[in-house]
Amino acid sequence: MTMDEAGAPNGEAKKFLYVNRKAPYGTIYALESLEVVLIGAAFEQDVELAFIDDGVYQIVKGQETDGIGAKNFSATYKALGDYEVTKFYVEAESLAERGLTADNLMEIMYEDEDDDWAEKPSIKIVNRAEMAEIMSAQDVILSF
Amino acid sequence: MSTLHTVNKSPFERSTLVSCLNHTVEGDKVLMIEDGVISARKGSAFEELVKSVQENCALYVLAPDMAARGIGKGDLVDGITPVDYNGFVDLVAECDRTQSWL
Repeated sequence: MTMDEAGAPNGEAKKFLYVNRKAPYGTIYALESLEVVLIGAAFEQDVELAFIDDGVYQIVKGQETDGIGAKNFSATYKALGDYEVTKFYVEAESLAERGLTADNLMEIMYEDEDDDWAEKPSIKIVNRAEMAEIMSAQDVILSF
Repeated sequence: MSTLHTVNKSPFERSTLVSCLNHTVEGDKVLMIEDGVISARKGSAFEELVKSVQENCALYVLAPDMAARGIGKGDLVDGITPVDYNGFVDLVAECDRTQSWL
């Protein structure tokens, strides 16, 4: 069952894009974004995530927060597939500027119920122009 | 007479790093903390700037903040020294003053 078939209680699901532009831990934005993503998913909206600028650091693998006394919430991104949040758009230019590549990102997968629950990657690397197109295709954009 | 400069903002987010590095004098030390550690990564658009400053200043990065952001020691621009919290205190004690760039 897709989002649209499920439908929201008060009508059709809207396309929500959550734009993440901040590194985790230095500010509270990344964690707050995750909270709101889960709320959007709970209301059966069509939720997609964008990671641009320092936001790409939110899904970098190997985060170890014991030394700074902050909760490591990076594993939460891997669980979003269970809430039908399966599209993580990551901007190629933002990675490159920071000396990062797709290999530095966590492996984030979801099970495609329309394809016999095949495991598929949630992360899609897109360029800046493609990201602009994705943004222009949304009903609602929430920035963090 | 030397100054310890701390930078806690990403160079992509604010111009703090650039402002700081433009105001260092020979013998100063610069410590990257919190989101400032993003400046220390090899291959970033700020690598050349960071390297050029190393001719006059010693650069440090706070290891627990690196680890939280998935940056390993092998990912650092050559010559940047990781320090722990005790090392942070040592740097403060060694220098005559500390300037916290925000």
